[in-house]
Amino acid sequence: MLEHLVPSASSFSGDVDRLFLLIAVIVGVWFVAAEAMFFWLIFRFRAAPGQPAQYITGKEKRLKRWINWAHALVLVCDVVIIVAAVRVWVKIKQTLPPADLTVRVTGQQWAWTFTDPGPDRRLDTADDVRTTDEMHLMVGKTYHFQLVSKDVLHSFFVPAFRLKQDAVPGRVYTGWFRTERAGTYDILCAEICGMGHGVMTAKLTVAGEAEHAAWLARHAGDAALAAVDTPAPAAAPDTAGAAAHHAAMGHTQAH
Amino acid sequence: MAHAAHPEALAAAPHAAPGGSFFHRYLWSTDHKVIAFQYMFTGMAMALIGAFMAYVFRMQLAFPGAAVPGFGVVSPGQYNALVTNHGSIMIFWVAMPVLIAGFGNYLIPLMVGADDMVFPRLNRLSYQLFLVSALVLLASLVVQNGGFGGAWTAYPPLSANKNYNLTPLGSSLWVIAVALEFVAFLLGGINFIVTAMNARAPGMKAFDVPIVVWTIVVASILFMASVGPLMAGAVMLLFDQLAGTSFFNPFRGGDPILWQHLFWFFGHPEVYVVLLPAMGIVAEVMTVFARKKLFAYKTVIGTIIATGVLSFFVWAHHQFVAGIDPRMANVFTITTLLISVPIAEMCFVYIATLYGGSIRLTVPMLWALAFIAEFLIGGVTGIFLGASGLDVYLHDTYFVVAHFHYTFFLIAVIAVFAGITYWFPKMFGRLMNEKWGKIHFWGTIAGFNGVFIPLFFLGAAGEHRRIFDYTTIPELGRPELQALRIFATVSLLVLLAFQPIFLVNFVRSIFRGPRAEKNPWRANTLEWTAASPPPHGNWAELPQVYRGPYEYSVPGRESDYWPQDEKP
Repeated sequence: MLEHLVPSASSFSGDVDRLFLLIAVIVGVWFVAAEAMFFWLIFRFRAAPGQPAQYITGKEKRLKRWINWAHALVLVCDVVIIVAAVRVWVKIKQTLPPADLTVRVTGQQWAWTFTDPGPDRRLDTADDVRTTDEMHLMVGKTYHFQLVSKDVLHSFFVPAFRLKQDAVPGRVYTGWFRTERAGTYDILCAEICGMGHGVMTAKLTVAGEAEHAAWLARHAGDAALAAVDTPAPAAAPDTAGAAAHHAAMGHTQAH
Repeated sequence: MAHAAHPEALAAAPHAAPGGSFFHRYLWSTDHKVIAFQYMFTGMAMALIGAFMAYVFRMQLAFPGAAVPGFGVVSPGQYNALVTNHGSIMIFWVAMPVLIAGFGNYLIPLMVGADDMVFPRLNRLSYQLFLVSALVLLASLVVQNGGFGGAWTAYPPLSANKNYNLTPLGSSLWVIAVALEFVAFLLGGINFIVTAMNARAPGMKAFDVPIVVWTIVVASILFMASVGPLMAGAVMLLFDQLAGTSFFNPFRGGDPILWQHLFWFFGHPEVYVVLLPAMGIVAEVMTVFARKKLFAYKTVIGTIIATGVLSFFVWAHHQFVAGIDPRMANVFTITTLLISVPIAEMCFVYIATLYGGSIRLTVPMLWALAFIAEFLIGGVTGIFLGASGLDVYLHDTYFVVAHFHYTFFLIAVIAVFAGITYWFPKMFGRLMNEKWGKIHFWGTIAGFNGVFIPLFFLGAAGEHRRIFDYTTIPELGRPELQALRIFATVSLLVLLAFQPIFLVNFVRSIFRGPRAEKNPWRANTLEWTAASPPPHGNWAELPQVYRGPYEYSVPGRESDYWPQDEKP
């Protein structure tokens, strides 16, 4: 369903789309059944002369079972949805497959900045390439992304990847995705971040290795600039304490 | 529990003073009914302001950059302030005052057979604080640099630092207004709980209490138990804004995510704080117009309590992608989906109540039935969002916006219309016009669905929230998506165009409607045994209760209803 509304370009896009479909089918059946029952009862028991209402307390087991069966079935459906949802969640957010490359994504009021590791494929070296408002990736590669913010909360949202993650100032979040399909896609900020929230967009280009190398070559001159600027989020002098404080769970780590 | 002879406090209250000046009767009164009207009318006035804001930003979304009639060109900063304050107003200054404070104040003493609230002066103070909070909020919109634009959730560091939000005065006034409003509802909540527990009429046992009173009492308990952390958070936020502290500043040892926990620990129970009274109103209306006993009364009470308890354990589903430990998402997915069990059960019980009924499609009944039919949409779409793996994509999109309007619009508009049209004869002693009531009903329902159904599709297409112009974004600016936005906006215009019908019908009926008898709907609950409208003190002699509230169509009886106070 979702793939008809928005392009599908990462390795887990399909998982999210299938989860959407599963939930849509399960709750769709419930919804149609409940509405059909509801409207049928309104029609069947509309007031008519000489037809008084019945006196039903709903305490009798014989009647109560109509509620109890439905109730138990809801629980079963819940379990199915929980299992499916947690599986997708664990795949996207709780596991970190080995990376081919690592990039850095920096949010600030009101632009995204992307640091590409450059030809040597290592971040924080002299040949890094830093771009604002556009991100270039190679197709068929597993990426780790380090997500940071320089000021307020932002949220790195790539609809085509079915990926969203808040950028929290003072923390470095490491997540992953695998590019599956070449093309150009939107990068959005999904967390309100002030006056320019609406224009905080960027263009994502996913291309073959040769094309990516050509793009890198064109931007080789930006390397020096990138080297000066890393690490990105050290905006305030006393970040260390805050970072250490957060050096804990899951993907979040001190920088 | 037996009737605890009305507390001493009451006797000492300035009670038997029906005369006096306009000021003393309508503005300084301790009468629970007058205070209920104060809350309701203030809430309705705020609803007009909130609706105007929705009109302005929906117009901007449909026709970006064009001057909105009655407002002008919308700047990005104004857009943020509009969506922020639309949300804040509709939840804190419309749903809360009308449902909890308005209906709670009006109904609790009348339905439990008390002559007033247990603490009438506290009640008056509660409204006065609420009014101040509303004025502070309105002031925040017109101060220098404009109103607060950091969303009704007010996440720091954006909300905490004026260098980020650029609205130093607006943000602080917003926090102060919200905090004052909480104090007002704390005072009201104490009153509701104590009155329902201690001031019931002789003979009224706990399970003789109408469902709507149960729901308002449970909602008050939820509110009082959840608001503490947010009050603390609000004070911390105010200190960060004004005194330069760093509770939420990550660069000086604070933590922005702490606020999110404090906010949503309150914010999610808050959904049920307003949902439960709405469900209560629907139960009262449905039983009367189906001439049916409520199906499995005690099960309903069980589901109310279960929902209330579970609502304290679901808050972090708002934060799946906020940077919390990803393992927490698994726990909160489970609790969130489990809450569908009592809520679904409540819906089943309501649907089952219709079985064997004699259903009259009066205006209040239409609203009550519409609530159930629409609430099923709000309920099932919540499952998509509670499923963590899918929320990675749908979080902060219009799918969320559409989902919660399929709960909040029903609560703050549909259930309120059900309640007002149902209790109108009691409140004003006159009847509303049925034909215009039905025209208003169908126009409102059509407009509402026209606004929010398209938003589900926009959200599924990835449209993220609080963006003032989508047409410049390649994937979201596609013409077919813009057509959906225009459809939603036009539907909103239809929805708004039908509301003057209600206002005219309402005001006209107060003064010119046909006189209503004491019990025009032939209902069982105690409020219908008082005069219409009830005088100060409600009854000359307090009623005695002999049975539960839903004894309709009892076999072997001449009439199809059996008032709670009729001698056996």
